[in-house]
Amino acid sequence: MPETSDLKLPIFMDNHSTTAVDLRVVHAMLPYFTQHYGNAASRNHAFGWTAEAAVELARGQVAAVIGGDGKEIVWTSGATESNNLALKGAASFLKKQGNHIITVETEHKSILDTCKRLEREGCVVTYLRPAKDGLVTPEQVVAAMTDKTIVVSIMVANNEIGVIQPIEAIGAAIKAKNPKCLFHTDAVQAFGKIPFDVEKSKVDLVSVSAHKVYGPKGVGALWVRRKPRVRIDPIIDGGGHERGMRSGTLAVPLIVGFGKAAEIAHEEMADEAVRLRALRDRLYKGITSRLTETYVNGSMERRLPGNLNISFAFVEGESLLMALKDVAVSSGSACTSASLEPSYVLRALGVGDELAHTSIRFGLGRFNTEQEVDYVIDLVVKSVERLRSLSPLWEMHQDGIDLNSIQWTPH
Amino acid sequence: MAYSDKVIDHYENPRNVGTFKGEGVDGEEVGTGLVGAPACGDVMRLEIRVKDGMIADARFKTFGCGSAIASSSLATEMIKGMTLDQAAQIKNTQIVQELNLPPVKIHCSVLAEDAIKAAIEDYKKKHSK
Repeated sequence: MPETSDLKLPIFMDNHSTTAVDLRVVHAMLPYFTQHYGNAASRNHAFGWTAEAAVELARGQVAAVIGGDGKEIVWTSGATESNNLALKGAASFLKKQGNHIITVETEHKSILDTCKRLEREGCVVTYLRPAKDGLVTPEQVVAAMTDKTIVVSIMVANNEIGVIQPIEAIGAAIKAKNPKCLFHTDAVQAFGKIPFDVEKSKVDLVSVSAHKVYGPKGVGALWVRRKPRVRIDPIIDGGGHERGMRSGTLAVPLIVGFGKAAEIAHEEMADEAVRLRALRDRLYKGITSRLTETYVNGSMERRLPGNLNISFAFVEGESLLMALKDVAVSSGSACTSASLEPSYVLRALGVGDELAHTSIRFGLGRFNTEQEVDYVIDLVVKSVERLRSLSPLWEMHQDGIDLNSIQWTPH
Repeated sequence: MAYSDKVIDHYENPRNVGTFKGEGVDGEEVGTGLVGAPACGDVMRLEIRVKDGMIADARFKTFGCGSAIASSSLATEMIKGMTLDQAAQIKNTQIVQELNLPPVKIHCSVLAEDAIKAAIEDYKKKHSK
């Protein structure tokens, strides 16, 4: 074990699920709780004006990260709401134009479950299957388009396996075939982590979230293109806030925090990506140089800098998480999900259930250190070796027995 | 999910891990149960060594979650010293109680019960010829 004297446990290496709020963000937010607590919609006094000015500044900060305009930002409670609003809002507004939606099997549940509901309400949804590396092609998308297709929704980067879709090529292909077809992207994992530009990608709707970029939980945004103007129906009615697309009093402190987090991410993205990629590669090499029978899930080349999703054959994921109790990571194992099904993302990639059960997702972030990575490498290697010594499958594999030749008893 | 102390104890200090074959035990004395499936996320192999109709010793290896490892580890402890008939009477609910397994982990105890029964069957089959 490396020197652990100034290593603080537990270690958080699950930065795709959420991130710590950057202290600079906290400091920016604080005055908006107790001093500038006005309602941004109050037009007739200074409290309202101060709040409104802060909200407008944040719009610009968030939009700048994706090359958009602040006026195009619609604040939401988070990306789940943004995804719901984008798809339900578009399907409702465009119902006279068509009812066909295209998405991908590996999208976030807030896209897939929204699509399921829209199917019950009369929409037809095509779920594209990615290749083994997790990627879809522009040709695949275009081939699925019909004259009834109203919206295509494809994420920039995947939350489990971190693979980055060729979003610019997909956007160009969609618009070449039908400029009227809307293109939505869930950019939650990509926002502030890798370059992404609304013009280059030809997108119309973009979902983003604060808490994945060191901002607070409870706030997100839907970027809605103004030129040419994209229109969607609201899913929440009320006072007509956010250009009628999302009513409800704005969460000013959270929005201020999102703005600050976006500003920091925008400024530091390039350097941070280099640092995270180096840490990720160190983790990858450290583990795979000492353990055999490990398999990276998804493309290693087109991947978020901080992501490593890896299967440790013959070691069940939850038992490995138990050994890594001082390290926060997540697993595609069925045992860690409420549904008792292994990861649908890995399934869509054609990863066998037996390997899906053994997968671990490492999500490196701004506050992880080299020392932490080294600690995790040692712990993972030691734990996998121990669990393999307990695994009958590992023993059979060592003895040269083909596990597929055995008559198993599924239960 | 929070694990009970007993699950953690068996997971961290599993009892009776291994194989009799590796220890050079006469295969005639051994019955082996292999249950579960890799695609389901758990596989247990439980071996019993029988002397004079009694389970003199047991070994296991398990691919599965912490509760599956603990269930099989506990199973090897429970059956030692029992007759085959007594061991065949063990119910998964005893394992659930002993390890304080939550409802979502009951299947681990069922698998351990199956493994005991499969090992006894295997031994009996060897000796019925």
